[in-house]
Amino acid sequence: MALDLHAQTLTQLAAGLERGDFSSVELTEALLARIETHEQALNAFITVTGDQALAAAKRADAARVAGAAGVLNGLPIAHKDIFCTRGVLTTCGSRMLENFVSPYDATVVERLAVAGAVVLGKTNMDEFAMGSSNETSYFGPVKNPWRLDCSPGGSSGGSAAAVAARLTPAATGTDTGGSIRQPAALTGTVGLKPTYGRVSRYGMIAFASSLDQAGIITRSSEDAALLLGVMAGFDERDSTSIEHPVADYTAALSGSLKGLRVGIVRQHFDEGLDEQCGAAVKEALAVLESQGAILTEVDMPNLDLSVPTYYVVAPAECSSNLSRFDGMRFGHRAENPEDLLDLYCRSRGEGFGAEVKRRIMTGTYVLSAGYYDAYYLKAQQVRHLIADDFHKAFAEVDVIAGPTSPTAAFRLGDKIDDPITMYLNDIYTIGANLAGLPGMSTPCGFVDGLPVGLHLVAPHWGEETLLRCGHNYEQLSSWHQACPEDFQ
Amino acid sequence: MSLDKDQVQHIAMLARLRLADDEFSETVDKLSRIVDFVDQLSQADTENVVPMAHPLNESQRLRPDRVTEPNDRDHVQQNAPLVEHGLYLVPKVIE
Repeated sequence: MALDLHAQTLTQLAAGLERGDFSSVELTEALLARIETHEQALNAFITVTGDQALAAAKRADAARVAGAAGVLNGLPIAHKDIFCTRGVLTTCGSRMLENFVSPYDATVVERLAVAGAVVLGKTNMDEFAMGSSNETSYFGPVKNPWRLDCSPGGSSGGSAAAVAARLTPAATGTDTGGSIRQPAALTGTVGLKPTYGRVSRYGMIAFASSLDQAGIITRSSEDAALLLGVMAGFDERDSTSIEHPVADYTAALSGSLKGLRVGIVRQHFDEGLDEQCGAAVKEALAVLESQGAILTEVDMPNLDLSVPTYYVVAPAECSSNLSRFDGMRFGHRAENPEDLLDLYCRSRGEGFGAEVKRRIMTGTYVLSAGYYDAYYLKAQQVRHLIADDFHKAFAEVDVIAGPTSPTAAFRLGDKIDDPITMYLNDIYTIGANLAGLPGMSTPCGFVDGLPVGLHLVAPHWGEETLLRCGHNYEQLSSWHQACPEDFQ
Repeated sequence: MSLDKDQVQHIAMLARLRLADDEFSETVDKLSRIVDFVDQLSQADTENVVPMAHPLNESQRLRPDRVTEPNDRDHVQQNAPLVEHGLYLVPKVIE
């Protein structure tokens, strides 16, 4: 294949397949070969599904000939290993599920497959999506393609690294506190977390049920729009799925930014934000302004409380969700148990890694008798205050823009020993999860050769605004097209 | 240290987690730091603030109580560590 297929976006590949420039089998073979070449350096995948991918590509090529091509017919994608895939290992980055072969497909997986997408494999992630650096994965950390001794962020770090390194044009992710947007920022990719309830979570292994949402990592807002259109929509099998009409996201891209009211949060540019990152974000804001957007300062007085609130609510929900891993029906089971209690305690003690155990214990503590009111109830009240800050801001602006992450990618090993420093990585992203809002990160520059992300948050169901904003910005910048040197 | 060894031992038991000896003191230290960190919530004025139950203020949807899934027991049990005749095997609970 003479064409550099890996360098093309999903939208470009769709056009190429449609024109017959190449087949899905050729495309899939090219990307599988690329994964083979680069995987050892990156550790972005837990499972590569080469045979299934080629079989799906063959079916897609046949469907095209038969005139039955879906909107994603023959287009490659990777799934975060948190999504259940029938007949394929689904580990959630944990020893607990090291041998778990899912008996069913997640709705997201199913919808993308029905649209014709070809799954290249399952991407590495922080264990049970608990982490901001990918270092908590049982399968080892993912490396950032921009600098291999740096973290790609987390928890969807494998998805982000794979997209940044051009191993796949797109990958699914999940976002509970920033797990799509922060790795997107740290790898120079586009990451979209939709509104809570927008995309089905059926078959997506639960972490914190009032915060989790499925989304995507791509190399352009245009590609994110294409995938969201397929993934979004009501699902009876997910009790948190919300019935709300699915917009034509691709059509939404073409609108202009004239008159768009963009809120700048005063507190986002306080100490804590790396100065050079801040400068890159401010330049991006000036670009939006040059397109007719109106920049307005807004106040988020409770921003500082969002991280502590999250670290009560998320662990509480995780301690409840992860109680299903009991060594009985699936997952790791300890050998030679003395009795039932020993079986529970050792299966869980051996199956979970240190960070997951800490979160389960934090959650157990804040929900335990005597502490519930002081921690859990209090956090849910503060959560209300934080959501109110957003709602007040959205009375005045259409979208909030700022930095995605306080710094560019940090070195592997630098933050893993201090949970609080690691948790503060998500200070700008967590609020959207607490309030159920859609958020997106798009590349807006570099600091010392490492990418920086521009973070956008919209009111509930405002994905069109995010995508329009991102797409307009990407038309006037080329950051999202930059490719790490070793992965051209 | 906001949590002591006994408290952490108690929490671990409530969570059904056996901690190895070499991870225990680190867990006490890090859990204490997390608890200290989230303690700053106590300073927030939340008088008359309703605790948030759902990010979009929706209530949990109910569905009719109908059988919709086929019985897929054998397939599902392929992931079980120990089964016999379609039953999950556990250590003896009643003497």
